[in-house]
Amino acid sequence: MYPDETIAAVATPPGEGGIGIVRVSGPRAVEVVKRVFRPRNSGIDLDMVNKELVYGHVHDLQGGRIDEVLVAVMRSPHSYTREDVVEINCHGGFIPLKLTLETVLTMGVRLAEPGEFTKRAFLNGRLDLAQAEAVADLIRARTEESHRMAMEQLGGRLSGIVTRLQDDLLSLLAAVEAELDFPTDDVGEMDRETLSTRVGDILEALDRLLLSFATGRLFREGVSAVLAGKPNAGKSSLMNALLRWDRAIVTCVPGTTRDVIEETYVIRGIPLRLADTAGLRETGDPVEAAGIERTRRALELAGLVVMVGDAATGVSGEDRELASLVNGRPVVLAINKVDLARPEPAFQELAASLNGCPVVEVSAVTGAGLAGLEQAMVETVTAGSLPGETPLVAAARHARALGRARDLLQAVLARAGEGWPVDLLTIDLREAWEALGEITGSGAGAELIDRIFRDFCLGK
Amino acid sequence: MEYGAGRYDVVVIGAGHAGCEAALAAARLGLSTLVVTLNLDNVALMPCNPAMGGPAKGQLLAEVDALGGEAAVNTDRAAIQMRLLNTGKGPAVRALRAQTDRRLYMSLMKNVLEKQENLHLQQVVVDRIEVGRGAVRAVVGSCGARFDAGAVVVATGTYLNSRIIIGDLAYSGAPGNQMPAKRLGESLRSLGFSLDRFKTGTPPRVHRQSVDFSRLKEQRGDAELRNFSFISPVKQREQVSCWLTHTGEDTHRIIRDNLDRAPLFTGFIRSAGPRYCPSIETKVVRFADKSSHQVFLEPEGLETLEMYVQGLATSLPGDVQLAVLRSIPGLAKVRLMRTGYAIEYDYVPSFQLKDSLETRAVDGLFLAGQINGTSGYEEAAAQGLVAGINAARYVKNEPPLKLARSDGYIGVLIDDLVTKTIEEPYRMMTSRAEHRLLLRQDNADFRLTEKGRAIGLVDDGRYRSFQARRQGLDDGLRFVKRTLLPVTAELLAGMQAINTAPPPAQGITLAALLRRPEITFRELVFLGASELPSPEVRPLLETEIKYEGYIKRQSLQVEKLLRLEGRLLPPDIDYASIRGLCSEAGEKLARMRPASLGQASRIAGVSPADIAVLLVYLEKWRRSAPA
Repeated sequence: MYPDETIAAVATPPGEGGIGIVRVSGPRAVEVVKRVFRPRNSGIDLDMVNKELVYGHVHDLQGGRIDEVLVAVMRSPHSYTREDVVEINCHGGFIPLKLTLETVLTMGVRLAEPGEFTKRAFLNGRLDLAQAEAVADLIRARTEESHRMAMEQLGGRLSGIVTRLQDDLLSLLAAVEAELDFPTDDVGEMDRETLSTRVGDILEALDRLLLSFATGRLFREGVSAVLAGKPNAGKSSLMNALLRWDRAIVTCVPGTTRDVIEETYVIRGIPLRLADTAGLRETGDPVEAAGIERTRRALELAGLVVMVGDAATGVSGEDRELASLVNGRPVVLAINKVDLARPEPAFQELAASLNGCPVVEVSAVTGAGLAGLEQAMVETVTAGSLPGETPLVAAARHARALGRARDLLQAVLARAGEGWPVDLLTIDLREAWEALGEITGSGAGAELIDRIFRDFCLGK
Repeated sequence: MEYGAGRYDVVVIGAGHAGCEAALAAARLGLSTLVVTLNLDNVALMPCNPAMGGPAKGQLLAEVDALGGEAAVNTDRAAIQMRLLNTGKGPAVRALRAQTDRRLYMSLMKNVLEKQENLHLQQVVVDRIEVGRGAVRAVVGSCGARFDAGAVVVATGTYLNSRIIIGDLAYSGAPGNQMPAKRLGESLRSLGFSLDRFKTGTPPRVHRQSVDFSRLKEQRGDAELRNFSFISPVKQREQVSCWLTHTGEDTHRIIRDNLDRAPLFTGFIRSAGPRYCPSIETKVVRFADKSSHQVFLEPEGLETLEMYVQGLATSLPGDVQLAVLRSIPGLAKVRLMRTGYAIEYDYVPSFQLKDSLETRAVDGLFLAGQINGTSGYEEAAAQGLVAGINAARYVKNEPPLKLARSDGYIGVLIDDLVTKTIEEPYRMMTSRAEHRLLLRQDNADFRLTEKGRAIGLVDDGRYRSFQARRQGLDDGLRFVKRTLLPVTAELLAGMQAINTAPPPAQGITLAALLRRPEITFRELVFLGASELPSPEVRPLLETEIKYEGYIKRQSLQVEKLLRLEGRLLPPDIDYASIRGLCSEAGEKLARMRPASLGQASRIAGVSPADIAVLLVYLEKWRRSAPA
């Protein structure tokens, strides 16, 4: 709403296109992008750049590389919004695009409202008068679209949790406010322990929500992915092919045993700990039997199982046994050796028995289908946290709101412990409540007053 | 027989808390002013509690004072007990509350009006307001007296068509069994105003000598002298106590047994009453699990033995009221002096107002106080002051005074009136102010004295006194930020003794110490700091230093908001024709007619997207306006 704020959003249509653009507009656009972008040619200073593409990488605040990008700087007034605009062209698809946006948003940049770039373009005189109604229509349409996406995403469990947390906060706030506004009534003073306990409970729930909601943990801790399959299906060569294919090897952790080899590499910003396991029935040897037991455990703990089939030999009883073992886990079925033979239809039946998991035909030898395999792997690990492919904007907005509520509540806990007076604590409490309200669409002052009078008998 | 009774620049109808401030403000701004009342013996009447202030209301009084109003000074002069509330809860909610001598408050205020230059006080029952060519012209009394007026402030409180209800008894009457204003409401309706009905109530009063004080808990005033006004003339004060008792199961049983005779529950009273001022029967029904409710006995004054029974507002029949009273510890033999009652009255829903308190329909006609659907003496005084100032400015053809929400509770109050649908009598609360840390009682003069000075209500004496205080604060801030306590064995021992973390090696400034929640000026003295700022500015100084981070944060939020307040909306917008507004927003905007984008954004049902659409249209109008 305020013209001198710097705003950002994904400027390309949602979906898994090849390239997505994060657009940053406003007086701080260049400054902010400079902090997250490292040009390949370290001699380039974005301040000196105008209307040309700069190649480099976007990093998160910890210095971790998010994506390979091209950055374009367009200076006011020669830009779409007539403000300073920086566009970050991300190549890695959906997840890096989202991460790039989230990183930019941590720097005091606000997520653009629906249609806001166009609105600014109009307000700054770039679009003419005849377009005013079109701009208004666009704002309305985009808002409705964004609400619809938010509701879709929030549908059910998540929406219920946010609403309940907001309600808990409201009743806490009402209790404190009643005491402040009616000091001569016998409301009963809330002691610090009670306050801290109640804030702590809400905070805990919020933390859990953030973990399951945001993809944060996925990106911080990564996912353990296990390659499993019968002997000679080509697990090791597939692993090597994947690692070679994606050259961005971050670390190389040698397996602690001879039968589980683990390598960490990053696809689309997600650290994947890829483990090559021993087959299930390779031997009766007691040492290897222990290895098989480890394989079973690795499968149980895996965030992703890449089940490797062999197109040359078809579906075997061993494959079916493995399938029953990993059923219910996130699975991708990779049918290897498609350079040697067409996979038989039984593979589709196998996939069907695994809740219709994605099936990808690959060849570790020729490299065919590897990109598709990566795509399927990313989609499978992010499936729980990122339903569908559309709610990019809504997801970022909600994650920001939840994160802010958490930070504010942590401040309440800290200040309560330090002995600050309660009227100060209400500032953060109230803002936390309003932050949750940005998700649920409620949180006006009148609700607080209503709650005060609903919960407490007040007045002369 | 109608006759010309004179011409005044400003005529104020009603001499309650709103009317008094309005009349004084207009007269002090140099305009010939008339204030009329139904009953000259009831100027500045407190028909409910003989008390002023408390959270948010104390801030309102301090703001009225800073702008050059009278209520705070008059409260100081008539107070018989002062208590600072919420002392441990933080600077934003700390608030002074006064018990006053009711008759003294009234006679002092009446005398201030009588002595005021340019001001005439007269007993008149007003029947009619005359309007010509869209602007107010005159006020006509029931005996035919016609007063020509440049501007009119209507501050008639709860007197419009009021009805008093006690049990099954109901009669046309105003507070304290006065007569209501019967024709003025019709006059307002004929001018096109819509009126609605609210209800409020008051408790019984009892004789002091019939109370057994041994059963009651005493509540004394603060030992320290405290005043509302920044330039209070009061240097010492005789204080009296209030007394606390409570209802019990017996009381509640009596009430429950008689609910079939309670007009609030039989459907006899239908209008909305305030939730913050519930009758005792409402409390017992709505909070059935509470076995006891507080009851305060407040003295009505030094020269009367009548006591106000706070907490027992009721419209139950007289016999039930007596039984209820006598069931309360300490009141077993109580003698009733006045019966409690409910009162229903007409008010003018506030969407018909501009944020200057002028009506949308009639130029030069201003409304202030309970007629706008508010409640409370302080809320009334605040509106009266603004209405009086703006009536004067209207006559002088000057733009109205508008206070932002960030200027003070007065701004919050008026903004709420013009942007919200008021569904019960509106009382100010600190939780209504989103930036209350900035709106403290102790800095009201810093927020508003310059504005009052610019308007012309702050005289030289008040202004010099404010300048001295401002200088004192600036000097004090500089002093505590610059003064460094070197690390010595004494300092270390002292800091340990008061349980605060040790200082850094290079020493510690007084400001850094004050930022710690556990340290006040008392601790600074203990730690050996000398030549400290004067005691008068210390509390303010301490707040400014200690809460600097939060104050800055709220100030930044305010700056952002003010930019939207500055985007004015043309008054003649046809919201229905704006494409892109959602239909609910369009309807609300058309009804409330906000003056700025800021106000629009606070109307329930108007979303940020609607504001964005409005921004686009504002730009369109700007560009298409003839140069």
